[in-house]
Amino acid sequence: MQTSTERLNPRAPLHSRGRLQKDRLLFSVIGYVSLTLLALLCVLPFLLVVSSSLTEESTIIVKGYPFLPVDFSLEAYGILFKYPTQMLKAYIVTIGVTAAGTLLGLFLTSMTAYALSRKDFKWRNHFSFFFFFTTLFSGGLVPWYLLIVNYLHMKDTPLALVIPMLLNVFYIIVMKSFMSSIPEAIVESAKIDGAGDFLIYARLIIPLSKPALATIGLFLALAYWNDWYNALLFVSNENLMPLQYYLYKMLGNMDGMRKAMMSAGAVVTTTIPSESLKMAMTVVATGPILLAYPFVQRYFVQGLTIGAVKG
Amino acid sequence: MRLHKFLYDVKRYRTILLMLAPAVAFFLLFAYVPMAGIVIAFKHYDYAGGIFGSAWNGLANFRFFFESGDAWTVTRNTALYNIAFIAVNNFLQIFAAILLFEIGGKWFRKLTQSILFLPYFISWVVVGAIAYNLLNYDIGTVNALLRGLGLEPVDIYNTPSYWPFILVAVSAWKTLGYGTVMYLAAIAGIDTEMYEAAEIDGANIFQRIMKITLPNLYPTLIILVLLAVGNIFRGDFGMFYNMVGNNGILFSSTDVIDTFVFRSLITSNDIGMSAAAGVFQSVLGFATIMSVNYAVRKYDKDRALF
Repeated sequence: MQTSTERLNPRAPLHSRGRLQKDRLLFSVIGYVSLTLLALLCVLPFLLVVSSSLTEESTIIVKGYPFLPVDFSLEAYGILFKYPTQMLKAYIVTIGVTAAGTLLGLFLTSMTAYALSRKDFKWRNHFSFFFFFTTLFSGGLVPWYLLIVNYLHMKDTPLALVIPMLLNVFYIIVMKSFMSSIPEAIVESAKIDGAGDFLIYARLIIPLSKPALATIGLFLALAYWNDWYNALLFVSNENLMPLQYYLYKMLGNMDGMRKAMMSAGAVVTTTIPSESLKMAMTVVATGPILLAYPFVQRYFVQGLTIGAVKG
Repeated sequence: MRLHKFLYDVKRYRTILLMLAPAVAFFLLFAYVPMAGIVIAFKHYDYAGGIFGSAWNGLANFRFFFESGDAWTVTRNTALYNIAFIAVNNFLQIFAAILLFEIGGKWFRKLTQSILFLPYFISWVVVGAIAYNLLNYDIGTVNALLRGLGLEPVDIYNTPSYWPFILVAVSAWKTLGYGTVMYLAAIAGIDTEMYEAAEIDGANIFQRIMKITLPNLYPTLIILVLLAVGNIFRGDFGMFYNMVGNNGILFSSTDVIDTFVFRSLITSNDIGMSAAAGVFQSVLGFATIMSVNYAVRKYDKDRALF
């Protein structure tokens, strides 16, 4: 299976048989220019946010949000870190929800996937269909919402932030296809030694599935970290707001932001630099992802590639 | 006898069944029970009666949904946006993947791929904030530039006609890296001998791309497009909600079924009507994905989804 995008491609040298290949040259020019433009388009918005967070408020008001910091100022970060209570709470909620959701989700996803990957399990196709069907048809938002709020009474509990995203059929399928590639002989020999199914899963399959676990775990962690939707639906208690939802609230509501700062002890005057403060909050809420990005990116590439092979 | 065999199997697979139990319970509760909850769409919902105790009111909720005039707008918007996303996103992703694959310089390639993938990792809340920075009337970057050039600023958040372009651009931006990675993997899987043969035959790089790379990408393209077409009536709630929010001025060109259902449920608390809209969406989506799959099955069995 080709999972790596790093495989040597048959690109011809720019000079072939001592002669410059014109088509290659033209292609390279088109390629470098287009890719550089696309890359700039992808990275400039981030620059805009960071620069704005570092720019004097009055300059933003007069000249608009800048792509490069003009009139450099740390005032926004100063305020943010001087009265960090609300943001810190949101951080703690997000970290807790992400950790709990990722670990539990990973355990359930891998255990389910292992059961479905067992070729000697008579009803594996029935169960696979049972899961797969939920991606084809659903009851829609309303019954699901009413179930969680009126029947399970999860509103304003941490459960509402963790449970709805625990299991995802796509992740189960990816994990199952990975586990199916583990040689059956390993399972067979363990069985002969008298190991039970759960023991085989926990002691043998889990260690062998580390690459898939890393990939799915990171997808889950990203989904939990970036989640604001469940909070939008199910959380009104300020102490339970995860980071992204808190950011959403603050971006749309300057008064709310002033109040939050005030409740944290800030002497509120009109001088709170709301525009740069918004951007500083965005930076602080996104920072951990951007810092982790260079190290985890390859696992996501891996995951997509497994998914692409299996359709 | 058959029951006996069944009980024997249950006993034999008891550990595996127990391992499946949490996931089965999860999907029963959060997917199958809500399917039964579809009955709300045919009821006059009251909190005392709940899902199953409320009184029936036939098709009144559906009639209300369709007669409001919103049904057509949101359905049309959802489908048209998704069609535009499928076309533009796949085109750009294939374009970027081919360039990334063919261009020399490992360092340049790695860096570019990483940068293109970056927007995928950002929450829609942050994307909404960035868009606001760029587009708002008073201090948005776009208008600051226009003013700097001595041109009239544009009031983007009050002009519905700009939004289809903005939303298509945002979707392309967010998904470019993700799709590029998938297409890159597909290109890397193409048999190198074909390229070598073309090289010997004197094909130039453009001919190679048109005659070898693109045709070999069709299977991946077809699968990805099929998956997307199956979801053509599902709007990306996160995107539309964070880009547009509750800005009613823009709804004529930005409201999709998902945002409409959400608003009817949370803002106007019209449970019956939003449930009806949700059922309409589910049934439409199910019919679409089944027909697409049926068509593909007839055309080429191996490429069907199921």
